[in-house]
Amino acid sequence: MATSTTAPDADRREPRAGSPARRPARRPRGPRRSLLPYLLLAPAIVLELAIHVVPMVVGVWMSLLELTQFHIRDWSTAPFIGLENYRATLDLNSAAGKELLHSFWVTLAYSLLSVGFAWLLGISAAVVLQRPFRGRAILRALFLTPYALPVYAAVITWSFLLQRDTGLVNHVLVDQLGLLNERPFWLIGDNSFWSLLVVSVWRNWPFAFLCLMAGLQNVPGELYEAAAIDGAGFWRRLRSVTLPMLRPVNLVLLLVLFLWTFNDFNTPFVLFGGSAPEQADLISIHIYRSSFKTWDFGSGSAMSVALLLFLLVVSAAYLLITNRRRDDHA
Amino acid sequence: MSRRHLGIFTAAVLAAASLTACGGSGDDSAAAPKTLTYWASNQGASLEADKTTLQPELDKFEKQTGIKVTVEVVPWSDLLNRLLAAAASGKGPDVVNIGNTWSASLQATGALVEFDDAALQAVGGKDRIVPAALAAAGAPGKPPAAVPLYSMAYSLYYNKKSFADAGITAPPTTWEQLAEYGKKLSTGGKWGLAIEGANPSENAHHAFTFSQQYGGEWFDSAGKPTFDTPQNVSAIKRYIDFMAADKITNPSNAEYAQNQSVSDFANGKAAMLLWQSAGSNLKTQNMPADAYGVAPVPFLASPPAGGKKVNSMVAGINMAVFKHTKNKDGALSFVKFMTSDEEQTILNKTYGSLPAVKTAASDPAFSAPEQKTIQETLVTTAAPLPQVPEESTFETLVGTAMKELFADAASGKPVTEASVKAKLTDAQQKMR
Repeated sequence: MATSTTAPDADRREPRAGSPARRPARRPRGPRRSLLPYLLLAPAIVLELAIHVVPMVVGVWMSLLELTQFHIRDWSTAPFIGLENYRATLDLNSAAGKELLHSFWVTLAYSLLSVGFAWLLGISAAVVLQRPFRGRAILRALFLTPYALPVYAAVITWSFLLQRDTGLVNHVLVDQLGLLNERPFWLIGDNSFWSLLVVSVWRNWPFAFLCLMAGLQNVPGELYEAAAIDGAGFWRRLRSVTLPMLRPVNLVLLLVLFLWTFNDFNTPFVLFGGSAPEQADLISIHIYRSSFKTWDFGSGSAMSVALLLFLLVVSAAYLLITNRRRDDHA
Repeated sequence: MSRRHLGIFTAAVLAAASLTACGGSGDDSAAAPKTLTYWASNQGASLEADKTTLQPELDKFEKQTGIKVTVEVVPWSDLLNRLLAAAASGKGPDVVNIGNTWSASLQATGALVEFDDAALQAVGGKDRIVPAALAAAGAPGKPPAAVPLYSMAYSLYYNKKSFADAGITAPPTTWEQLAEYGKKLSTGGKWGLAIEGANPSENAHHAFTFSQQYGGEWFDSAGKPTFDTPQNVSAIKRYIDFMAADKITNPSNAEYAQNQSVSDFANGKAAMLLWQSAGSNLKTQNMPADAYGVAPVPFLASPPAGGKKVNSMVAGINMAVFKHTKNKDGALSFVKFMTSDEEQTILNKTYGSLPAVKTAASDPAFSAPEQKTIQETLVTTAAPLPQVPEESTFETLVGTAMKELFADAASGKPVTEASVKAKLTDAQQKMR
């Protein structure tokens, strides 16, 4: 189809495209060749626009509107209120602001602890499974199961296990082992935070395990041999060989895990439903509740934008610090 | 050159996009679509059971009119979100069920067909419909945004054997009696009253009734929230105190959100239950109808000044039509069919609810003790929840505050006037 529209056509339609002197220079390349890269890029650009850029711009725009049930049907008619949504949701003297700050601290603690434990479990399992032994393949498959299960099925099972009266956890702790006299609540009250953390670590650590196992495959055996000749024990080898060699993997792994956990919606939503206990009120659930349960999409968008900015700053700072350290080393 | 190619490419993308966009609506000819999509709320024991109940009726409708109705039964936990998404996007089913308390909230989106006199005439006429049910179908002063389909009200369900064993001869008529009886019934691992403490909607319904009895309101006449008035604080505290102070409710109920309280009642773990049309649900859980009694929800023994004799909200399910439907006439004829005497009798019999039309009420199926109690409550002592656009927000905020108060009570933290007021003040501040 490119041949049907040849150079004269281009001339006619682009009279203002630069000086005549430059035009002959472009002509020999032919329209097909100059168009091809753009055509090849087009799908990616269209998708990028549709999936990331447009929703992001719309989200920022929504955060400047008073977008409630009155305007949700045609949100372009919602009144423009500037930064009012940001003022209302980030004002730490108001109930909404205090609750958002509370959610923020809960989410931060949840993310740091979850990533920490997931990483610890992941690296331990990866190191242990490094050496070949009988049953290694089975263990590997077993460890990866939580990652392969559909989120909903896995988390809803946890919610059954954690029920106070009929759950297996209390049955084992109270009835079988006799460790506790009273049946504790796991899905409401103070314990709900720890329940959420356990489920999150259980879901996340196989990913850490997978990445770190792959990373360990790339550590040359000679390094360990040399270390052994130098008389390094297990811990010394771990500290001086394994961890430094895993650095690039860890950099990405920790950042990705942190971002995922900070934004995690599935785990708390399936575990607690749309209204999580205040002790486990993660920011994602908080935003969902503002947007969809109280029908205030403007505030929800404002919180989302604030959250995005925070995560961008965290990621940038993390990358900056870790890159500088690498430069120092190099 | 390049522009032309870009044009072709854009056209292709748009064509592809519009193809996928049209895929969902289910109409194959724009002139006279012969299909409708219908989101039904979950009324029976399961989504599958509802489909089995509804399908023969939909087949009947297709036979009569040639319009094929595709039904999807939506669980309650998803329904409001799904309705909102459909309202916002203009894509979705033609006909839907809505919980009647959401009527004004959904009406405010402007996405629902309003039933003015002409539209009401098209579905059989205004005079057929039970007035209280119609009053809970839209904002005051506006045409209803929906047509009542199933009517319900709260009642007190009590286990006859447990009552007899405890030497109690009649169901309680006051909250003081209920607490007293509850204490007698809370022995040997059994409890007096089952409560769905972690379900915000359920909590909000009780918040409404108790508040009315204490002379409170959740919104003033201008539609502004009045959550933390002394009346509302007393009302909420009274309800939470069944667990916190009277200790006639199992602390476990603080995490109930999947109708476990109905199961506890059916299994004899709790002797009393406040619920709307629990009969059919109890039946599926193997509790025979003669094992329990149904009485009106109690009142305060000595109500404060301004206290109203209200012991239930006008509960029910409505049918609404989305403005974006391509087959409004078909949708209205479907609403007319579902609210016809014959269908009202069949469906309400199955679900244990009451017909929303006066003409079907005479069927003997609706004169069982449970239905009689519901009927009496609806006629004499039920009131609709505030029909304001912020109603669904009220349910979420106050219902969640009560969930947190129940969590406090369950874990032994004190629930005081001050702590109740603090929660309600916070909830009110979050209203915009």
